[in-house]
Amino acid sequence: MTVKELVEACDFRPVCLPSPDRTVKGAYTGDLLSWVMGRAFQDNAWITIMSNINVIAVASLSDVSCVILSENVSLENDIVETAKAKGINVISSPLPSFETALLLGGKV
Amino acid sequence: MSEPLVFHYDIDGEDFISAGQASIQIKKNLRRIGLSPEIIRRVSIAMYDGEINMVIHAKGGTADVMLYEDRIEIILADKGPGIENIEQAMQEGYSTASDTVRSLGFGAGMGLPNMKRYSDKMTIDTTVGVGTTVTLVINLI
Ligand SMILES: Nc1ncnc2c1ncn2[C@@H]1O[C@H](COP(=O)(O)OP(=O)(O)O)[C@@H](O)[C@H]1O
Ligand SMILES: [Mg+2]
Repeated sequence: MTVKELVEACDFRPVCLPSPDRTVKGAYTGDLLSWVMGRAFQDNAWITIMSNINVIAVASLSDVSCVILSENVSLENDIVETAKAKGINVISSPLPSFETALLLGGKV
Repeated sequence: MSEPLVFHYDIDGEDFISAGQASIQIKKNLRRIGLSPEIIRRVSIAMYDGEINMVIHAKGGTADVMLYEDRIEIILADKGPGIENIEQAMQEGYSTASDTVRSLGFGAGMGLPNMKRYSDKMTIDTTVGVGTTVTLVINLI
């Protein structure tokens, strides 16, 4: 499914969706950036609680289809602007990472 | 053999905000050139961790990426503290990163192992108190 469809199917809150039609294939959960860089696959949804600017760089370099911020973690405005400029989809989930991943299970 | 295409970047030390910009720029350029997504992904991952290492361990440095017909060479050079024990530094999970750096999500001790995993050849030339040069080669054929 696409990122936009995922947001609707899981009732997530879109933070910014500059590339809503990207396909989501599988997911990866992690907060250590090098780990995510090395292990997440292209088109994965990346579930994390990290919210600093480096998340956008890692998302861009690892080619994930979207970043899902769990536990209602929020991004500062300038980081959202950077995400938009770089075409990175960011979504917010009220649930912890584990429950967020469970919601995705079977869907992506 | 034709001359390689060369990209040069200065990497700011202790600048966590723009860290990764050189890798992002290289990724864009390689995409424009039309290299395969898998090659681009490997270059991005290997170079990003090298870039981050220069930011968090060496107060910055330079990155030179050379695109040859048959390979990509990435030379990451810094005048930082050097690495005392390469074998130890290469172990997954080994890190001397500070708590501040860790709180940003860095310092997992996976950088050098990632760089090795995603390149075809990695050499580390380091002298304590002088600096470190890491050379990565990614074969195109
Ligand atoms: N350019 C460098 N200059 C000095 N020390 C370095 C450099 N790169 C790596 N190191 C040392 O090697 C260790 C392991 O590096 P790495 O695997 O990238 O893990 P991390 O960066 O997460 O600590 C670092 O913690 C640091 O002590
Ligand atoms: Mg590192």
